[in-house]
Amino acid sequence: MSTRAVRRRLKSGTMTGVVAALAILAVLPLLLIFGDLIHKGASSIDWNFFVKSPVPAGEAGGGVANAIVGSVIVVLLACVVGMPIGVGTGLFLAEFGNGRMGWTVRFIADVLNGTPSIVVGIFAWTWLVKPVGHFSALAGGAALAILMIPMLARTTEEMVRLVPNSLREAALALGYPRWRTSLTIVARTAMGGIVTGGLVAVARIAGETAPLLFTALGNLNFSTSIREPMQTLSLQIFTYATGPFEEWHRMAWAAAVVLMALVLTLALAARWATRQRFGNKSAI
Amino acid sequence: MTEAPPQEFEAGQPTAHAAAPVLRRSARNFGDPAYRFLLTAVALVLPFLLLAIGAQLFVGGWPALSRFGFKFITSTTWDPVAEVYGAAPMIFGTVVSSLLALLIAVPLALGTAIFLTEFAPKWLRQPIGFLVELLAAVPSVVYGLWGIFVLIPMLRGIALPPLRATLGWTPFFKGVFYGPSMLAGGVILAIMIVPYIAAVSREVLLAVPATQREAALGLGATRWEAVWTAVLPYGRAGIIGATMLGFGRALGETMAVTMVIGNRHDLGASLLAPAYTMAAAIANEFSEATTPMYLSALVAVGLVLFVVTITVNALARLLVWRVAKGAAVGSKAL
Repeated sequence: MSTRAVRRRLKSGTMTGVVAALAILAVLPLLLIFGDLIHKGASSIDWNFFVKSPVPAGEAGGGVANAIVGSVIVVLLACVVGMPIGVGTGLFLAEFGNGRMGWTVRFIADVLNGTPSIVVGIFAWTWLVKPVGHFSALAGGAALAILMIPMLARTTEEMVRLVPNSLREAALALGYPRWRTSLTIVARTAMGGIVTGGLVAVARIAGETAPLLFTALGNLNFSTSIREPMQTLSLQIFTYATGPFEEWHRMAWAAAVVLMALVLTLALAARWATRQRFGNKSAI
Repeated sequence: MTEAPPQEFEAGQPTAHAAAPVLRRSARNFGDPAYRFLLTAVALVLPFLLLAIGAQLFVGGWPALSRFGFKFITSTTWDPVAEVYGAAPMIFGTVVSSLLALLIAVPLALGTAIFLTEFAPKWLRQPIGFLVELLAAVPSVVYGLWGIFVLIPMLRGIALPPLRATLGWTPFFKGVFYGPSMLAGGVILAIMIVPYIAAVSREVLLAVPATQREAALGLGATRWEAVWTAVLPYGRAGIIGATMLGFGRALGETMAVTMVIGNRHDLGASLLAPAYTMAAAIANEFSEATTPMYLSALVAVGLVLFVVTITVNALARLLVWRVAKGAAVGSKAL
């Protein structure tokens, strides 16, 4: 073999090693973060952490019960508003989305998907906080809903488009009107995928902080009123991490473990649901 | 014919709709347009939201924009007491931290995408792909927490000495390193955007026809040469689009950056000095903005951020769509 050929092969082998190393380097931070979360956070989690509200700074003990409940409420509010609109938009894109309007809506969904969440926070503040005069969980939920809609629209569209056309044709041939075919045959067949998309979207918004800073604001006390300011896990982590007290930092790590566990569970559930339906063909 | 309920078809489904076929024709004709109208109305929410957000930011930011004019984006003075607002340091900080992030993230992400699509053995693709995916699932505020307590000490201990030794003579690595800095902001952003760029690049590379590779290999190219000369050029537009998507994410990223960038209205060349970004300024100052002009200035910052990210994103989508036709890349980057 000529030296040139050897050199080319050597280069090919080297570059394979280089891209493999880059891939490992890319996932290294994740492993470090998981390690640190377990190392620094897990030890601070006990029963009180889940059932008690925060105590004044400087005192030991206390928990994040208010933040956990708050996160759940704000996310549920977002789902109530965002899910119907997101899924409806996705259905529109899949069923009637081949024209110019479909293209436009699809494009806007993708563009809105990349809009900074803090900007959405300003928007929600102007409409739901400023006129009322006080911060509220409702405003936070609305901000998260806005973030949810474009995500859901696109995943729903993809899932509905996966439904084989023969199924639709069979229903139409049996005399089903189009709307009924769409809702009871097509959407129901795609339901698993739509649920997956919903789980992914919930996992994403559950960790959002920026749009809640001046909508839900945060609350030191336990509150379930959606007209009042409300604490969420993400807001709590932000406050504790940037605060001056050792005890707060410890609590921030512990809260981060809870939040990560929540997000991971949702992400894994979504992945599991997808694999159930489509086999494991997708890697990312 | 119309009387026959679709028995066989419904066999696997729990609820039978035997009533459907006997619907009167008029009802059927009414249902379809109504369904279409309803979905169209719902789908109009998104365009409406985009317009409403843009309009509202413009209206809210107008007092500040009209008062300071062009100076709003060129002046470096941000003084709430004297009611003088110039956003140049934040705009600078936003762009520089995002570019720094790209500089680090693009090689990592592209390497990952190439490895996953072209070289990795089958059994390895799934786990690595999944880990990259999880990287996108970590909430921003957790990255910030990790940045404050782990990344910054790590930068100080491990990364900084060699950087100072080799590049210490440049203006970029001069001065004291207190911790929160442009460098820390750029690095945390890089970690956060890697999964987005990797996911989209991977999809772009997968969309490159196999014949492209086979032709190169058939001509005697090595595997790397096939990737470098046949696959990457084919997907170039899409990869540029993926990079821009990452850039858009980095520009608008808020919490993690706020927590590690130092939040100071300064404009300097040193990456070791604290800086500020537009998103961080809004996050920090919005709820304490006491005067209408202060508030308006912050909304105007939001408007600048919105316009820039929308533009970057729109261009990126068009580039990606050209390659991976119509795929919802990015929206399922998790």
